[in-house]
Amino acid sequence: MKRWIAAAVLGLSLAGVAHAAIDTYEFAKEGDRERFRELTKELRCPKCQNQDIADSNAPIAADLRKEIFRMLGEGKDNQQIIDFMVDRYGDFVRYKPALNAKTALLWFGPAGLLLGGVVLIAVIVRRRRVQRADIPGTLSLDERERLDHLLDKTKND
Amino acid sequence: MRRWLMLLPLAIFLVVAVFLYRGLYLDPAELPSAMIGKPFPAFSLPAVQGDKTLTKADILGKPALVNVWGTWCVSCRVEHPVLNKLAEKGVVIYGINYKDVNADALKWLAEFHNPYQIDIRDDEGTLGLNLGVYGAPETFFIDAKGIIRDKFVGVIDEQVWREKLAAKYQALVDEAKP
Repeated sequence: MKRWIAAAVLGLSLAGVAHAAIDTYEFAKEGDRERFRELTKELRCPKCQNQDIADSNAPIAADLRKEIFRMLGEGKDNQQIIDFMVDRYGDFVRYKPALNAKTALLWFGPAGLLLGGVVLIAVIVRRRRVQRADIPGTLSLDERERLDHLLDKTKND
Repeated sequence: MRRWLMLLPLAIFLVVAVFLYRGLYLDPAELPSAMIGKPFPAFSLPAVQGDKTLTKADILGKPALVNVWGTWCVSCRVEHPVLNKLAEKGVVIYGINYKDVNADALKWLAEFHNPYQIDIRDDEGTLGLNLGVYGAPETFFIDAKGIIRDKFVGVIDEQVWREKLAAKYQALVDEAKP
């Protein structure tokens, strides 16, 4: 019974999280609603880090949503709105960071590591193959003669 | 060649260990401010006390601290006595009363003393937004020309002031001297 109560309480608390941050905005254009959703998903809340401003309940996130709504109403494009945020809060607010010298490692690091791994494996595989091909050649002339001799001997027996 | 390769895992381990060790002591809540080096945003807002309208011109001319505060902000209460002391010592402090109820702010200033030479009333948080404020208290260091030179997020206590911030403020004051 206790376990059931605990589960119910946990479930209810999760439901609370899922319903975070609902406010009502009337959009002039239908496209704006989609853009609003996109932008608030792509921008990070500066206060409650690791939440986007769409689902954060922090006052600052609400302010930023209001600001985005206002800018959409003014007909600003997505890049202008993102630039506005980056100007104030820095690259940090973008979940999709801009490509520059500071973020190059972030963008290309994983691909670089993968490429490095592929190259490393290729080198190892090739080296093994060469070693294996070398094996017949490792017998010296003397040894080969002896081998032939031994083989002949067994044949003759 | 082989020998050298044997040391590689150790080298990788050491690099990762140093990174992670440093990471232990970094505060992820501390964001680099995008505003440093930029001019203080223009504004036209009422004062907390009286009906005067304040603009950017009012805060120019002297290097100063611009402290973002609110009565709803618990740690501002901790910071307040330190600001009072600094103001007594002659440090120029301007305030931005950020997203607050004015009556509460007036009560607070009457009760705890007012360290602010100018106190801007930012009910809607518009100036805060333009400054990239994401919480309170936050303190901006501006020079005489109104350029934001530094920013401190969190409570200024006596130790932080002594060890970190006093030198920064002094540098701005020295710079402003002819």
